[in-house]
Amino acid sequence: MSAVYATTLGRNRHTFASLRELMGKATPRRSGDELAGLAATSAEERAAAQSCLADVPLAEFLRTPLIPYESDEVTRLIIDTHDRQAFAPVASLTVGQFRDWLLRYETDDATLAALAPGLTPEMVAAVSKLMGNQDLILVAAKRRVHTAFRNTLGMAGRLSVRLQPNHPTDDPHGIAASILDGLLYGCGDAVIGINPATDSVLAVETLLRLLDDLIQRYAIPTQSCVLAHITTTLEAMRRGAPVDLVFQSIAGTQAANQSFGVSLALLAEAQAAALELRRGTVGDNVMYFETGQGSCLSAGAHQGVDQQTCEVRAYAVARAFRPLLVNTVVGFIGPEYLYDGKQIIRAGLEDHFCGKLLGLPMGCDICHTNHAEADQDDMDTLLTLLGVAGCNFIMGVPGADDIMLGYQSTSFHDSHYLRQVLGLRPAPEFEAWLEAMRIVTGGRQLLPVTADHTILARI
Amino acid sequence: MSFSLPAPDAARDPWLALQRFTTARIALGRSGGSQRTATVLAFRAAHARARDAVQASFSPTTLCAQLDAAKLPNLVLKSAVTDRQTYLLRPDLGRKLCAESQRSLADIAAAPDYTAPDIVLMISDGLAAQAAENYALPTLIPLTEALRSSGWRIGPVCIVPFARVKIQDEIGALLRARFTLLLLGERPGLGSPDSLGAYFTARPAAERTDADRNCVSNIRAAGLSPDLAARKLAWLLNTSRETGQSGVALKDTQPTEAISPL
Repeated sequence: MSAVYATTLGRNRHTFASLRELMGKATPRRSGDELAGLAATSAEERAAAQSCLADVPLAEFLRTPLIPYESDEVTRLIIDTHDRQAFAPVASLTVGQFRDWLLRYETDDATLAALAPGLTPEMVAAVSKLMGNQDLILVAAKRRVHTAFRNTLGMAGRLSVRLQPNHPTDDPHGIAASILDGLLYGCGDAVIGINPATDSVLAVETLLRLLDDLIQRYAIPTQSCVLAHITTTLEAMRRGAPVDLVFQSIAGTQAANQSFGVSLALLAEAQAAALELRRGTVGDNVMYFETGQGSCLSAGAHQGVDQQTCEVRAYAVARAFRPLLVNTVVGFIGPEYLYDGKQIIRAGLEDHFCGKLLGLPMGCDICHTNHAEADQDDMDTLLTLLGVAGCNFIMGVPGADDIMLGYQSTSFHDSHYLRQVLGLRPAPEFEAWLEAMRIVTGGRQLLPVTADHTILARI
Repeated sequence: MSFSLPAPDAARDPWLALQRFTTARIALGRSGGSQRTATVLAFRAAHARARDAVQASFSPTTLCAQLDAAKLPNLVLKSAVTDRQTYLLRPDLGRKLCAESQRSLADIAAAPDYTAPDIVLMISDGLAAQAAENYALPTLIPLTEALRSSGWRIGPVCIVPFARVKIQDEIGALLRARFTLLLLGERPGLGSPDSLGAYFTARPAAERTDADRNCVSNIRAAGLSPDLAARKLAWLLNTSRETGQSGVALKDTQPTEAISPL
C-alpha cells in the first residue's frame, strides 16, 4: 500500500500510512503512546507528522473514521449526531487553518458554542496536537460552559470544588469528618462526591443517605454523588435511595466501555431514571463522568488510536448525556501513560481544551501517584494554568492526600490559592450559603471558625 | 482499640477532635487561605518516603537465605525488565519472564522425577521493595503451614524482581501448577510506603485476566497483619480448590471471627 500522508522536512521524506498513524505520531511525547508503539520514533518524525496533520482537511475526519463505524458504537454516535450546519463555518478549513481560526479575536464564546455540535472529537484532538500550551489555555478561556442542578456551575469568574471525603473503609464518621472539614474550608459546590471502597448497593445507599441528610440539615445548595458503578446506582435508585447525580467512568471506544461494564444504552437508562427523580432545583444536569488518558490502552481497547484521541472520543460519549460535571483524572493512571509532571500538565490542558470545545463542563482532578516523576509543585503549576484557562472545577481532598485511593490531588487550601490569585469565587448559590454560614466573606476569604460554629455545634 | 485526643494546638482548626474518625489530613489550620509551614513539611516528608520506597533496591539474596532457614525451597527468576525505569514504563515486560528464566523453568518441569505442584508461591518487589522485605516471609510461613495441613503440595518459592501480577500465569503454566500466588509490593500511598499485595490465580495460563484473580491487599504492620492475611489467603485458596471458582466469582464470605487474632 502506498503512503497516504507524506511530507518532506529538510532532506528527509516522512510518510504515514494512515490517518490513525499520523494522529499518533503528531501527538506531543507521552509514555502511553510509546508503550502502545504509536508514538513518533524521533523528534523530527513528530514535527513532520504535525506538519502533515496541519494540511489535513477537517472534513477528512468525517470520511475516514479512525475506528470503524460498523464495529464501534462510539464512532456511530459521533457520525450520526454530527451537525453539518454547525460545522459549516469551518467545513473548508484544514487542521492548521482551524488552529488559526480558533485563535482569532472574532472567535468568541458564542461562536464556539454554536460550532460545538459541528465538531467531532477527532477534529478537536487533531487541532490540539498542533497547539502549544498557551493556545490550549487561550481558546479554552474564551469558552464558558454552564450547567446546573442545585447550583449553577461554570460561570465566568467562578471556580468550583468537588469535595472528596474518601475513607478506606467507608466509615460514615470518617467521611462526615472530612466533609465538615471541606465545608468549613468553603468547598463542595461542584459536588460532594465519595469514591466508595465497596461497590455494594447497601454500602452505597448508606453513604447516599448520609450525604442527603447533611445537605438537608444544613440546607446546602449543592449536590451529592457516590461514585459507584452505574449499575449499582441504578439499583440504589430502584430501592428509593436519594440519588442526585449518576456517576460513571467512561472511555472513547466501545470495547473500553465494555471493559467498564457500560454501554450507551445503559448510560441513557440511568440518566432517564435520575431525571425522573427531579431532585435538581435550578437545573437538570444529572450526570457526572470521569475520564483519563490511557484508559483505553489500559483496557487493551485502543484499537491503534493514540491515548489523547481516545480520551476526546470519551467526551463525545459524555456530551450525549448533558452532564453536570466531566472530570479528567489526569495523573491517576501512572507513569506508563503519563510519565512526569511535564506530560501530566500537557495532558490536563489538552483534556480541558478539548472538552470545552465540544461543549462540556470540564473539571480536572489535578493529581499524581507516588511512582510518577511529579510532585506538588507540578500540581501547583497545572492548577494555576487551568485556573487561567477557566476550568469549571477541581478536587478538594483534605491536605491533598486521598487516604482511600492512595494518590495526591489538590487540597481545600489549593482552591483558596487559586481564588486569591485569580479573583475567582464559588458558584453563586453556594457563595451565598457560605456567607450566610459565616464561613467565607467577600466571596473568597475564609473567616475564623470557632468551636461554637453552627456546623460544629450540631455534630 | 482506644483513641486519645491530641493535645490542643492553636495552629490547628477547632474541629481537630474529628481526627479520631479518620487518618485524612483534616483540621490542618491555615496561613491566610494556604497551608501552614508545618503541614506542608509533613506532607513533603511523607511523599519523600513514598518516593524512596518506589526507588528502593531489592535484594533477592537476603530473602533466599531467610527462605532456606525456614526450609522453603526457592529459586530466583528474572522478568524481561532489567532496571527500575523500564519497570515503571513497560508493564508489558514485567508480565513475562526473560528467556533464560523461561528455559530454566522448562528444564525443571522436564525432569523425569518432576511432580507438578498444587501451588507455586512467588515474591516480587513490585513498587515497594520494603513491603516484600518486611512482610513476604511473615505471610508465607503461616500460609505454607496452613496449606500443607490442608494437603497442598507446594512448589518452590520463586523470587522475581521487577514483576507485574500477570507474570504468575507464565510461571504457573511452565511449572504446570494448579494455582499460583504472587506477593508483591503495592503502589505506595503517602501513609503506606510498605504495603504488600497478594494475588492468586487458579489454572494459571496466558489467557487469564485480572477478573480471574483474587487479591488480598494492604498487608503491613498498620494494615492487615501478615498472619491474618495468611489465614484469609488459606481460606480463599481452600474455597477456590473446593468450588472450582476464582476471581470475581469467588467472594470472601468467610465469617470474620474465623480470621480474628487468637
